[in-house]
Amino acid sequence: MEWRRSYGRAPKMIHLESNFVQFKEELLPKEGNKALLTFPFLHIYWTECCDTEVYKATVKDDLTKWQNVLKAHSSVDWLIVVVENDAKKKNKTNILPRTSIVDKIRNDFCNKQSDRCVVLSDPLKDSSRTQESWNAFLTKLRTLLLMSFTKNLGKFEDDMRTLREKRTEPGWSFCDYFMVQEELAFVFEMLQQFEDALVQYDELDALFSQYVVNFGAGDGANWLTFFCQPVKSWNGLVLRKPIDMEKRELMQRREATLLDLRSYLFSRQCTLLLFLQRPWEVAQRALELLHSCVQELRLLEVLVPPGALDCWVFLSCLEVLQRIEGCCDRAQIDSNIAHTVGLWSYATEKLKSLGYLCGLVSEKGPDSEDLNRTVDLLAGLGAERPETVSTAQSPYKKLKEALSSVEAFEKHYLDLSHATIEMYTSIGRIRSAKFVGKDLAEFYMRKRSPQKAESYLQGALKNYLAEGWALPVTHTRKQLAECQKHLGQVENYLQTSSLLASDHHLTEEERKYFCQELLSFAGWPVDSPGHKVVLPMHSFAQLRDLHFDPPNAVVHAGGTLSLEMTVCSQMPVPVCVDQIAINVHFSIEKNSYRKTAEWLTKHKTPNGIIHFPAEVSPLPPAQSSLPALELAEMFERSPSDNALNTTGIICRNVHMLLRRQESGSSLEGPSGVALEDGAHVLRCSGVTLEPGANRVAFRTQAKEPGTYTLRQLCATVGPVWFVLPHIYPIVQYDVYSQEPQLHVEPLADSLLAGIPQKVRFTVTTGHYTVKNGDSLQLSNVEAMLVLCQGENSAVIYSNSREESSSAVLQVQSSDKVTSIGLPATPAYHVIEFELEVLSLPLAPASSRESDTPGTPEPPRKQKDRQRAGPCMVTTDHKLSIDCPWSIYSTVIALTFSMPFRTTHSLLSAGTRKYVQVCVQNLSELDFQLAESHLVDTGGAADLHLTPLNAPSLQHIHSKQSVFFVWELKWTQEPPPALRCQFSMGFSPASAEQLSISLKPYTYEFQVENFFTLYTVKAEVLPPAGVEHCRTGSLCSLEVSITRLADLLEVDRDEALTESDEYFCTKLMYEVVDNTSNWAVCGKSCGVISMPVAAQATHRVHMEVMPLFAGYLPLPDVRLFKYLPHHSAHSSQLDADSWIENDSLSVDKHPDDQLDCSSVRSRGSAHSAASGEHKGLPMPRLQALPTGQVFNSSTGTQILVIPGQDDHVLEISVT
Amino acid sequence: MAVCIAVIAKENYPLYIRSTPMENELKFHYMVHTSLDVVDEKISAMGKALVDQRELYLGLLYPTEDYKVYGFVTNSKVKLVMVVDSSNTALRDNEIRSMFRKLHNSYTDVMCNPFYNPGDRIQSRAFDNMVTSMMIQVC
Repeated sequence: MEWRRSYGRAPKMIHLESNFVQFKEELLPKEGNKALLTFPFLHIYWTECCDTEVYKATVKDDLTKWQNVLKAHSSVDWLIVVVENDAKKKNKTNILPRTSIVDKIRNDFCNKQSDRCVVLSDPLKDSSRTQESWNAFLTKLRTLLLMSFTKNLGKFEDDMRTLREKRTEPGWSFCDYFMVQEELAFVFEMLQQFEDALVQYDELDALFSQYVVNFGAGDGANWLTFFCQPVKSWNGLVLRKPIDMEKRELMQRREATLLDLRSYLFSRQCTLLLFLQRPWEVAQRALELLHSCVQELRLLEVLVPPGALDCWVFLSCLEVLQRIEGCCDRAQIDSNIAHTVGLWSYATEKLKSLGYLCGLVSEKGPDSEDLNRTVDLLAGLGAERPETVSTAQSPYKKLKEALSSVEAFEKHYLDLSHATIEMYTSIGRIRSAKFVGKDLAEFYMRKRSPQKAESYLQGALKNYLAEGWALPVTHTRKQLAECQKHLGQVENYLQTSSLLASDHHLTEEERKYFCQELLSFAGWPVDSPGHKVVLPMHSFAQLRDLHFDPPNAVVHAGGTLSLEMTVCSQMPVPVCVDQIAINVHFSIEKNSYRKTAEWLTKHKTPNGIIHFPAEVSPLPPAQSSLPALELAEMFERSPSDNALNTTGIICRNVHMLLRRQESGSSLEGPSGVALEDGAHVLRCSGVTLEPGANRVAFRTQAKEPGTYTLRQLCATVGPVWFVLPHIYPIVQYDVYSQEPQLHVEPLADSLLAGIPQKVRFTVTTGHYTVKNGDSLQLSNVEAMLVLCQGENSAVIYSNSREESSSAVLQVQSSDKVTSIGLPATPAYHVIEFELEVLSLPLAPASSRESDTPGTPEPPRKQKDRQRAGPCMVTTDHKLSIDCPWSIYSTVIALTFSMPFRTTHSLLSAGTRKYVQVCVQNLSELDFQLAESHLVDTGGAADLHLTPLNAPSLQHIHSKQSVFFVWELKWTQEPPPALRCQFSMGFSPASAEQLSISLKPYTYEFQVENFFTLYTVKAEVLPPAGVEHCRTGSLCSLEVSITRLADLLEVDRDEALTESDEYFCTKLMYEVVDNTSNWAVCGKSCGVISMPVAAQATHRVHMEVMPLFAGYLPLPDVRLFKYLPHHSAHSSQLDADSWIENDSLSVDKHPDDQLDCSSVRSRGSAHSAASGEHKGLPMPRLQALPTGQVFNSSTGTQILVIPGQDDHVLEISVT
Repeated sequence: MAVCIAVIAKENYPLYIRSTPMENELKFHYMVHTSLDVVDEKISAMGKALVDQRELYLGLLYPTEDYKVYGFVTNSKVKLVMVVDSSNTALRDNEIRSMFRKLHNSYTDVMCNPFYNPGDRIQSRAFDNMVTSMMIQVC
């Protein structure tokens, strides 16, 4: 029926069971009765009376009495049922209408509640009327019953709450309260409201727990002391009966211990949970309960015999598990292992501790004390419960059996452990499985069966290693070491020992112990000579760095290489190592550029130290020991224009990062270490490795050239070999062999000719050993001297540029050969010395000697060099040297530069002539000039060169020029050409006293046509009557050309025409004003025929107009030779040679033919030159050599006044 | 308060682990390591369902007789594990949660340190102090 409840609780369908009992007054509940199950909810008065008389006589009184009793007990739940019987009625038809009795009763008793009286008619008949009345009755009955039930339940709950609120009062008892609330739970259970029933128990549970906690906090309740009595019985949970009346009675008698209370409470909860189909919650709660019980007992300081709790927990675990198994099928259990496995593991744990406690685990078996303890424990279990006696596998039997003998214990413990491990594994709790496995291994070790323990330990260790748990690794390893020791696995044991000895998580003593184990094995006499134990090195020692000497790790064949490495010993004590060896792999790479001696000496790590990444072995696991990403930028440029094509980031160590993770199998296995046999081994014997960093030095004599790669490092302690299988990063050293070589190079940037210059000779001996008496033979060159005065010393370096010694150098010179005696030097050294050489200064322009060694290059080359600007003229000297190690001569070219550049020019003043020589210093040095001379080499007797220079010393600074001037004087007719030689002594200005006399610098040149033939005089005259010229007004320009000499040799050319008595030559004059000061009006040029006679004068008159006011220079007047058109070729050549000597043309860089012609045609303003190229028969112009024309009006200026009509005054100052 | 606090990397190796009674260090290491089983289980169970809810607290992982192990997982799957003495009944879920939040914040600070290499052991003094305070502080 539907049950509606107060406080907004959802209506529920309930099943309410009721018993009908005969009314007795003593059954009525007294005040304070708490029994709810036996509570009379509804009182029913049955009567058959149909007779008013009888009613009045007996029934009414009886009813009244009944009502009074009810009232006295304040019960308002009653019902009066009047059963009517037709048969009876028929007998007494004469009396009152049948309804009257009912009405009467209603009137008498049910004054307000008319529904409290029900009529049941003919209950035994099968008629619709009967049915109807039954239905009405039953409905009424249910309703009333439920009403009463609800009311009473509410009242009960209220009472209960009141009772609970009184819990702080002194006399309050938890047991009493427990019984009250359990009553409620029973009711709910009876109503099949298991959820509500469970809530009641949970509330009790929580209340009790809270009290225990409070007790722990010092707030003790009196009643709790009942629970603090010592535990005497530990017979586990009993879950097979719905209600454990035995325990309940104990509770009621307030004699229950804490365990009893908890057991009872949990058994009730378990029953309810199973009703609710929640077996997994049972498992979970069971674990919690067991844990909390243990805690509570501890908290309440309850006296518990040792092992008693373990028994209790073990029994309880198994009981719960069996209970769950009993109500579920296999598949359900298998899929819910996760919930039960905790109990399994707890039971295993407890059994283990019991085993240890009772001496069942030790090898010898239990002693008498252990046996006594066992007996005590078994006594505490009491007798087996009747309900499980028949079960073969009951927890009680199991425990009893397990405790009875060593063998039985082993069997049970192994069963449990295996079951637990299997379960953990099946749900993927590998770590938990390993942990249980470790316990099992410990057990096996106790039982002296290490072979069984080993696999569990290995499994656990692998797991810890893979996840990098240092402490568990150490601990497990320690166990494993013991196990391996028992098993006699020498290699494995030694390896584990070495790992442990290097383990910083162990104490110093433990480490020393394991180290000693290792060493004592190594100290054993070797039974078989070839026997050795190969262990990985990382646990023994770690390679920190490696240092080569020479630092570039390159040695010449036969040289000594020393190698020093820092090895960090992990052992706690000093270890004497018989030998440390490095296996070296040798390879020849003949054709690789890398192997050339030059490359090798230049490259490689500069300091020769190679650092090894600290092996953080073996703890950070595979994931974290991955090397960090080595990222690098990458640029790809197109090969043609170097433009950026692609850019990106590349990972340089992809091969390291992406390689397959090695499965953990090789983590501990010694199999991974393979010894390499190499022919080349570096050894170092008898080393004692102190804890921490040690330096170990190796020395080796380099033999064959090639590359040597260090592969393995191996330390030997007796038969124990510690091997580092790979040395990474790759370490190599190279051995090379080198041919002897000679280098000669100037000390300065460039060698200067004329002064002593230092040249460095470098002899790289290579594999050749220089003996005493070996010498370099220099074949002398005329133009270059090897100066060998004084002491020369040579310095000898080792190949790595360390100075080793110095020696005096013997230099002997004969006229052909200079011999340099080399000091005795071992192979692979460098001899260095300096010599002074002197190249003779040469006048570059004039020498036309044959092209022999030591002579300057042909002038063409000089010309090429000059083109780039004023740079020094160079000379190459080729020096041939015979070396003692070779039959061939070494030819070495030395380039000397001329520090000066010299130019000359001819200056005229009327007929007087001057030669000017300009010396330009191109070098970086300052010089001192002395004794400048100009000599006529033509040998004209009457020619005098009068110097106009200061006779003293002159300084010429870097990049400066000095001018020298001589006046030419002659008495007879001068020669057409003058060959001169300029010579000048020079020495470096910063000079200390030079030991040798330096050759003077000479410069030869030729001056032609230096005799003045014509004077040109120009004059501008203002117009007549005006004092000054004015701008804008025409002035007259008078040009007079005067011949100064009679016919001379130089006049004999095509322009000369001969008439009867006198000669005539054709000249062209031209008036040019480059400054735009003048406007030449009319003809500006013309050809005149000039008589070749002294004082012949030709005047030309022209009109010019000044364009500006001020002092204006006169327009230029130029004279040209006017040549007839034929014989173009010869004149062309003439012109060329002339141009070359002309200073003007040199300035203008007469680079090529075109330039030449443009220079020439510039003055003419005609296309004469181009016409000439075309080969047309046109007259040609030839400028007169500067020496032949003297313009007497050069530099004169004339005053021009501005025109009067000009308002703007323009003054041009030039 | 907490007797052992551990920070465990995604790959299950310890980034930081400290426990107060030093003599039991090994036991706590084993305990924390074993509790990772449950963490893994919870994470994979949570995987689909709770991704959006971002519930990082994993709750009680692993009760034992003497200790309770609580778990917490960050978004980057770094696990924080805290072992609490069972007898310390004053610690409720809420306190544990707030302790984890504090721990998480401190861990985040460590990660924000530009000199800290993710995946390295945590050696930050600030973090250490925070852990110490959580171990001694009495709620």
